[in-house]
Amino acid sequence: MAQMRTPIESGVPDNKPYLHPTLLKNYGNWKYHDRPRPGVLHHVSHSGDEVWSVRAGTQRQMDVYTIRKLCDIADTYAEGHVRFTIRSNIEFMVSDPNKVAPLINALEESGFPVGGTGNSVSMIAHTQGWLHCDIPGTDASGVVKALMDELYDEFKREDMPNRVHLSTSCCEINCGGQADIAIIVQHTKPPKINHDLVANACERPAVVARCPVAAIRPALVNGKPSLEVDEKKCICCGACYPPCPPMQINDPEHSKLAIWVGGKNSNARGKPTFMKMVASGLPNNAPRWPEVSEMVKKILYTYKADARPWERLSDWVERIGWPRFFEKCDLPFTKYLIDDWRGSRANLNASTHIRF
Amino acid sequence: MAKKMHATPMLDELESGPWPSFVTGLKRLAKDKDYMVDLMGQLETSYQTRKGYWKGGTVGVFGYGGGVIPRFTELKDAEGKPQFPDAAEFHTLRVQPPAGMHYNTDILRKMADIWERHGSGLIAFHGQSGDIMFQGAKTDKVQDAFDELNELGFDLGGAGPAVRTSMSCVGAARCEQSCYDEARAHRQVLNTFTDDIHRPALPYKFKFKFSGCSNDCMNSIQRSDMAVIGTWRDNMRTDETLARKWFEKHGMNELVNDVINRCPTKTIMLKEVKDVAKGDKISSVKINDTQCLEIDNSNCVRCMHCINVMTGALAHGTDTGATILVGGKRTLKIGDLMGTVVVPFMPLKTDADYQQLVELGQKVIDFFAENALEHERTGEMIERIGLVNFLEGIGLEVDANMVSTPRTNPYVRADGWDDEVAKINARKQAAG
Ligand code: HEM
Ligand code: SF4
Ligand code: SF4
Ligand code: SF4
Ligand code: SF4
Repeated sequence: MAQMRTPIESGVPDNKPYLHPTLLKNYGNWKYHDRPRPGVLHHVSHSGDEVWSVRAGTQRQMDVYTIRKLCDIADTYAEGHVRFTIRSNIEFMVSDPNKVAPLINALEESGFPVGGTGNSVSMIAHTQGWLHCDIPGTDASGVVKALMDELYDEFKREDMPNRVHLSTSCCEINCGGQADIAIIVQHTKPPKINHDLVANACERPAVVARCPVAAIRPALVNGKPSLEVDEKKCICCGACYPPCPPMQINDPEHSKLAIWVGGKNSNARGKPTFMKMVASGLPNNAPRWPEVSEMVKKILYTYKADARPWERLSDWVERIGWPRFFEKCDLPFTKYLIDDWRGSRANLNASTHIRF
Repeated sequence: MAKKMHATPMLDELESGPWPSFVTGLKRLAKDKDYMVDLMGQLETSYQTRKGYWKGGTVGVFGYGGGVIPRFTELKDAEGKPQFPDAAEFHTLRVQPPAGMHYNTDILRKMADIWERHGSGLIAFHGQSGDIMFQGAKTDKVQDAFDELNELGFDLGGAGPAVRTSMSCVGAARCEQSCYDEARAHRQVLNTFTDDIHRPALPYKFKFKFSGCSNDCMNSIQRSDMAVIGTWRDNMRTDETLARKWFEKHGMNELVNDVINRCPTKTIMLKEVKDVAKGDKISSVKINDTQCLEIDNSNCVRCMHCINVMTGALAHGTDTGATILVGGKRTLKIGDLMGTVVVPFMPLKTDADYQQLVELGQKVIDFFAENALEHERTGEMIERIGLVNFLEGIGLEVDANMVSTPRTNPYVRADGWDDEVAKINARKQAAG
């Protein structure tokens, strides 16, 4: 056998060779920025240098032809340098304002919408889904494509009260993360256990330890060592599935989508906030998930109509209060939205602050 | 020539509409890759049955214990043969990006060529932890793909109970809000832990994230075990030309409603120029000939709001560094946790400052490795043992900035109180 190649453990690559020359020259010396139009940032350095960045949406999971197309555009119109944002938008930097319009045209003609800056709805941060994860209740790229088709104009405009970040997650583990509006798959039934397979496939103490509510017990089933679940305790989180695939949590019928709102990662104005669950029970209707987009749009446009300038979704709800949020968005407030997990009393209203 | 495409009526639906479609990309790849023809077959089946069909396994590259996410199909026929045999294996390589996710076209084309030769041709820029995800390679191609990417100067990121790939914002490269060199911190800290990235041996995952200011574009408070967030200690800087320009364009209503009223600590005031306070904590800037903004920097919590609205007219100070928070994470197992302040301010300017940051990271990881239970994140460990034990473990002094409020419950044994007071007084005295 040929000798195996030893890896070069180089870690994080240096970004200096990839920086646009104007960025490299003015590194750490920027003075201010403005936005000449949606999708374009204009940064001015203390040195007087200026740079224009054009931001475009991508499908995130890109085929090599798409990547090469983006490279062609960057070579022809944008001095050969790009960067990606945390929400999988691509940015092209140019040092000449006259290059901005042709670059925008080239991007849009090739099907990449220009936008995602300022008070727009940016691209949705998303997870893996059926394309690659081993526990997904739904797809990720598909949900995002379907939703971004609906929000296309909001990506290209900057007329929300403040920026709006969305995320999707294909199970409650929520790799997608915190967002102003998040869509998360929720299992609604305890796992179905294939007892014949447990003994071979699962390290039982590890599975027992994984359960957040201690609902799993070792058991003998049909004379074989297996596991059983106290279904009254089970919160259907799915955490037992990865270490023990015979504990089948996915269910084509009963895995539903839930909507969460008001997550904010920035410290601007208020402290960062976690997002809160406001709706559940939406059907997992591939390939377009119409019930989900309808509800997301309802929340989004209620916010747009009602919030004041610079209010993020969480700032808006803080001003109008949760009861009015549910009223205005026409969402039922059910008992499932009252937290009963540890620390939950901090989320209850210990005051007479009530709006009438 | 690729094999015949499977019917994919549901995926086809996702080709219509204005947003770029990943399905169109998959089809382009399927034109000459049997691999992708079958991948589409399996994905369409998921759409039809609303079930996922991948399971994990073990696949890696020589010398490393992690960084490849193995996927094998579970979609099999009655005889146990894969229903879509060409895509029975679909592994992902997690690859660490340059800080700030900057590229030139030359490197992107090289990556695309490598992945076209050895993998599916599908690449995600980027995953939620920051990796470039080279999605879809067969077991016997993983090593070749890695070797070529590695020769290009790229390395695998983390998976499993390891230090994970990190992210840093665009920061100093193009953002006036940046308070330190994020790329430098990212690289210097992460590359200290290369071994812990490649050979998973921690109790569970550990994530660093680097944001240049408290706008926290990297979402580090909620999503990293150690968040390094830029801030400053001295006074806000101002620029009269830009302030006047802003005011001419936006007017008094916006100034009052959007800037002054939205300051969380009510530290900005509108004043007649002649009435502006004096003092070494006061910043002020004229917005016209008679009025100006006055900021009492001792009450500014460095939230960034006013700076975001009036970019350039107001700017952060020059005594810059970072606030460090530990213990953020998402759901599993005890619910969401935010990071907690453990260092209110660490200057980040000199080589020694950056070295200090690296050393803190090292201490936190060492403590985590020794004290966390299996499958327990840093935040959960801190909740279990209490913040004070954690701070003592890594050698940090307590600070009132670490809490929202002091304790409200009386269940504490305080017989060491006098000793603690004496220690703190001695320390104050020593500091002069
Ligand atoms: C079992 C299969 C799983 C798969 C295939 C999977 C997949 C992924 C992927 C691809 C990412 C982005 C990675 C990157 O950018 O490098 C991610 C991020 C993440 N994963 Fe998972 N994941 C799995 C399990 C889990 C589990 C068990 C947890 C929690 C206990 C989890 C929590 C997260 C979180 C919180 C993120 C976002 C991280 C961040 O913002 O930095 N995932 N996951
Ligand atoms: S959210 Fe759940 S299903 Fe989706 S990628 Fe993360 S772990 Fe997998
Ligand atoms: S689904 Fe969650 S709560 Fe239910 S048994 Fe499994 S780990 Fe426990
Ligand atoms: S976190 Fe701050 S410094 Fe970094 S890109 Fe965002 S606004 Fe700029
Ligand atoms: S940065 Fe300071 S002065 Fe400005 S809004 Fe925030 S707290 Fe107020």
